[in-house]
Amino acid sequence: MNDFPFAPLILTVTFLVFAAATAGGALLAALTTRIIRSVCGLSLCCVGLAGLYYFLNSPFLALMEILIYVGAVCVTIIFGIMLAEPDEPVPGGISQSSVMWATGALAAAAVLFWGTARLGISGHWPKPPTTPGDGSVRAIGISLLTTYSLAFEVISVVLLVAIVGALALARLGRHHE
Amino acid sequence: MNLPEPFRLLLFVLGTMAFVGANAAYLVWVERKGAARFQRRPGPTEVGPAGLLQPIADALKLMSKQLIVPPGVDSILFRLAPILVMMPAMMCLATIPFSEALAARNINVALVMVFAFSSINVMAIMLGGWASRNKYAIISAARIVSQNIAYEIPMMLVVITLVMMTGTMNLREIVDQQAGAIWHWNLFRLDENPLMPVTFVIFYICMLAETNRAPFDMAEAESELVAGAFTEYAGMGFGVYFMAEYANIVVGCALATLLFLGGWQSPIGVWSGIPWFLLKMYALVFSVIWVRWTFPRTQFYSLLNLSWKILIPVSLATLVLTAIMMKIL
Repeated sequence: MNDFPFAPLILTVTFLVFAAATAGGALLAALTTRIIRSVCGLSLCCVGLAGLYYFLNSPFLALMEILIYVGAVCVTIIFGIMLAEPDEPVPGGISQSSVMWATGALAAAAVLFWGTARLGISGHWPKPPTTPGDGSVRAIGISLLTTYSLAFEVISVVLLVAIVGALALARLGRHHE
Repeated sequence: MNLPEPFRLLLFVLGTMAFVGANAAYLVWVERKGAARFQRRPGPTEVGPAGLLQPIADALKLMSKQLIVPPGVDSILFRLAPILVMMPAMMCLATIPFSEALAARNINVALVMVFAFSSINVMAIMLGGWASRNKYAIISAARIVSQNIAYEIPMMLVVITLVMMTGTMNLREIVDQQAGAIWHWNLFRLDENPLMPVTFVIFYICMLAETNRAPFDMAEAESELVAGAFTEYAGMGFGVYFMAEYANIVVGCALATLLFLGGWQSPIGVWSGIPWFLLKMYALVFSVIWVRWTFPRTQFYSLLNLSWKILIPVSLATLVLTAIMMKIL
């Protein structure tokens, strides 16, 4: 790879493309009025994120981001939308409460953004205890069962809650009929 | 091969595009000829010897047609969908090693990459169907999602079973492990895991379903849904969907070859190389065409039942049994 001409330039441009995809996708998801386009924005954002993960030397995580978020989550959301309302949304006027909610959300987002940005720039970041894995099955297995076992278990609890919640909702729906 | 990296990259990009195009064109010919033979008629004969120039005539016809964007469609998504269908198929080909020397990239997570990008494919077809604003297209899009979600699970499970045995997701290493003679191929390694043929059959069925081929072509279902998600597409927009379908079949069959049939390893242990890979892959592609023209389309309910009630339990059982066998033996 080192004999590639203009390698730094290409790397910078690729990085900027991924960063732009992430930010642009997120903005598209938040700002568009059609819900199908906001899902497309979400998936664009996820692809951009996957690219950023790739830049951070974790190809496995990058591919999982695409596999799970684009391939499963976005597809499921679109499926839900398609079952619900295939047509244009009704353009409603801007009400008093929506302005209030928007201000509140904007303030919260600004605080959150300021906090994470400050933490990211000025915080002391210790070097990770292990070198990032090369994406081999062995390395992933070992890190999932040693360093990241807590996260692994918490994710399974989240999934359990999601399944139980889905079952509860489905039961309620059946009773109402 | 000591080409400088940029040229190698360029060659692979051009080569992949040419391969996808030529492959789609001539698989259509094989499909038409095959269909004709299965139905006792000659198939295309007029253009060129044995109709061999028919794909070129078809391509010219498709390209000279007007690209119609019907009023009322979501025009951005409608134009974007064919591109989004084509791109992941080409990305997948970047990871497929055709032989020891002929591979665009040798990466450790190649197997995950193929599945990650083929999952975009579902979304693209669905967006195309949704953006068309056509009842047939929307029904077809809904069918595609439920079908693909249902069949992705058993496919992943059998692939995990295989990865447990190989211990790597690098496609080249998986093929290297199958070096030697025919009984070293993963499909026939019954001494290590007698469940391998079951795994292969599940993989093959899921591949048919993931590429939306008959008997699982609920997405297109031309006798009930006109052309399914592609109803509103004209000219090359429709052509690109077809090219992507054939590219996906090739990716699926290439993956089956690499994972189960020993990739470019020869069955007698000597003269391994790219002809063996192509031979095995196209034999599988032919079997896909064979299945399409032999079996009628299944019902939508039996399609989902097959996946949720048979394939997922069986593949889970193979996964568990393989794990137990690996611990005990």
